[in-house]
Amino acid sequence: MLDLFPLVVLLPLLGFLHNGLLKDRIPHRFAGAIGTLAVFIPFLITLGAFNEFRPMERTAPHLVPVFDWIVVGNFKSSFGYQIDQLSLYMTLIITGIGSLIHLYSMGYMKGNAGYNRFFAYLNLFIFCMLNLVLSDNLVLTFLGWEGVGLSSYLLIGFDYDKSSAAEAGMKAYILNRIGDVGFILGTGFLFWLGGSLQYLQLQTNLSEMSEFANYANIVALFFFIAAMGKSAQIPLYVWLPDAMAGPTPVSALIHAATMVTAGIFLIARLNFVFLLAPETSLFIAIIGAVTALFAATIGTLQNDIKKILAYSTVSQLGFMFLAMGSMSYVAGLFHLMTHAFFKALLFLGAGSVIHALHHEQNIKHMGRLFGKIKVTSFTFLLGTLAIAGFFPFSGFFSKDLILEKTYTYGAFGSILWTMGIVAAFFTSFYMFRLVFVVFFGKDNTDSHHKVHESPWTMTLPLVLLATGAVVAGFLQTPHFFLHIDALERFFAPVLSKGYELASLHGTLAEHKSLVHDVELSLAGFSVGIATIGLILAYFLYQRKQSPILEEHTGFRKILFHKYYIDEIYDFLFVRPFLFLSKGVAFFFDTKILDRFFLGIGGSFGVIANGLRRLQSGFIGDYALYVVIGTFCILVYLLTRGV
Amino acid sequence: MNQFINDIPVSYILGLAGILFSIGVLGILIRRNIVIIFMSVELILNSVNLVFVTFSKALSHISGETIVFFVMAIAAAEAAVGLALVIAIFRHKKSTNVDELQSMRW
Repeated sequence: MLDLFPLVVLLPLLGFLHNGLLKDRIPHRFAGAIGTLAVFIPFLITLGAFNEFRPMERTAPHLVPVFDWIVVGNFKSSFGYQIDQLSLYMTLIITGIGSLIHLYSMGYMKGNAGYNRFFAYLNLFIFCMLNLVLSDNLVLTFLGWEGVGLSSYLLIGFDYDKSSAAEAGMKAYILNRIGDVGFILGTGFLFWLGGSLQYLQLQTNLSEMSEFANYANIVALFFFIAAMGKSAQIPLYVWLPDAMAGPTPVSALIHAATMVTAGIFLIARLNFVFLLAPETSLFIAIIGAVTALFAATIGTLQNDIKKILAYSTVSQLGFMFLAMGSMSYVAGLFHLMTHAFFKALLFLGAGSVIHALHHEQNIKHMGRLFGKIKVTSFTFLLGTLAIAGFFPFSGFFSKDLILEKTYTYGAFGSILWTMGIVAAFFTSFYMFRLVFVVFFGKDNTDSHHKVHESPWTMTLPLVLLATGAVVAGFLQTPHFFLHIDALERFFAPVLSKGYELASLHGTLAEHKSLVHDVELSLAGFSVGIATIGLILAYFLYQRKQSPILEEHTGFRKILFHKYYIDEIYDFLFVRPFLFLSKGVAFFFDTKILDRFFLGIGGSFGVIANGLRRLQSGFIGDYALYVVIGTFCILVYLLTRGV
Repeated sequence: MNQFINDIPVSYILGLAGILFSIGVLGILIRRNIVIIFMSVELILNSVNLVFVTFSKALSHISGETIVFFVMAIAAAEAAVGLALVIAIFRHKKSTNVDELQSMRW
């Protein structure tokens, strides 16, 4: 199966080329099937490869060099793939959830004029994302990193005739660009220090450098800036809620399950840098905790079903960064996977609701859907239970692991843990608010539309994802419950070298070991908090049919307007920049630059016009010029000697 | 006769050649009739020939006279081609006026 592995990257590319080049010539169904297969077959291959890579049987990464890409002097960057536990894990998530979402899209996009284009973009995205996670060097990862940014832009702005969608695409692209600067700087730093861009080579080179620990913080900070952009952390998160302008499957695939987790992946991939950077790690944890709390509070008052889920995604990504910052990479990757399941499920469920209500996204115009669209409602409820962290759903295990690791992390542990717990409470609250308002509360739907359940292409992925969201948590469970540590063992080979380095430099975070009782009470506390959130949501939105959806006074107003962050950014960055750009464009450019260069061009025109008169067509005139020229030469020759 | 020619200063003959040359150039520049222009060209050629033989004599060097023969041969050929052109132009334009020929303009 490992021999077939290049196909994993190749097939989505072929799918993209096929659907992209023939988009006006092939029927929709065919394009959809090609697009889905181009992701599903790689999933099967990856499963086979995964089988060969079961933990404990094989620990060394398997390198697949494809060809040398950039060769300059002694610098070499190649198209090479590194198959190890981490990249396989990511590939499984991307291709597995990706193929489900492709299948869903076949139903969701039905009848859309841009159907074939949509599938081409989705395949392009999968191709770039696979390059990102499978590459064995930073340059190819960067190619994937930029590529997913591009496909994200294309898909957010999919309905390019709507200006809001086009602008949201631009916003996402520009904010990601800010993060990408961090990536380039970090790459440059690493190359300067380690003399290579291959991960394995870097790891070896850096472990021989004792002074690297002095630079580790700054390098880690640069890469974290990159992760901030791609993974929508404060202060670069504002693009993600706007990214919901794209079709719902895009939100599920790119802005929930895969692309936005690239930042987490990057930290895990460069663990040998981040483990040596305790200060930056603390900063990451703080940013993660603040983002988790901040976005969760915004989520409580949004009325657009997709916006709620978008803020929820920002918040959950904050949780992952909290784990990454507290140097418990397994917890972060674990939450990445469970989150991919339940958030993709929730987005697809939301898409199914939107589909059922004929493109209604405002939850004020929904309600009482539980009986009408059974499959969607039920799976959505499972997803909600998972994200809120109820036992025994997947979200409980991963979130609990993160909170536990945070609690035991250094001096700030308990403060960060408190923020995480509050964020978890808000998570539960806004999710159940959504569920009660949409599926149980008063029926506010437009009555002259018949509500209908989606076709099987849409419900099957929902069911499969719901299964995943329910059982995925059992890969890693706490001491008091079964005590499975499959993931920890699975990732051990990837992280071991970094841990060795860190213990050598003494930068390893001290995780105090907990008494089982404390552990149990922590878990119990988080479930309790989630339950309180549920009950509060029940009383406010189910019993009282609260008008909170409407009234906005005081702090609620601030929340409803998302803390005015967009307005602040607009005032601080966008407007000055636009002002400057306008000044440059309409004053400097036209009045000075254009005048100068057009003047050069124009003067030649004037001179040529004058010279044109010389060419009169009279032979005599030409003879005269010859004579004058000869005369001038004669005069010159005769006076030269003087 | 030879004696007589030897008495003429070189500068006189060169002055004559210069005058002939200038007349030829002015003829080309001023006259509009193509045949006259053509004759002016011949005049220029022969003024140069005069210079050549003068120097050949003064420096008692044979190469000047050699070149004159070449110039004469080429002038004959040029005259044949030139007259053919003149006839062609005359047939085409029905006149010998050079100002009619403006097709070389931009």
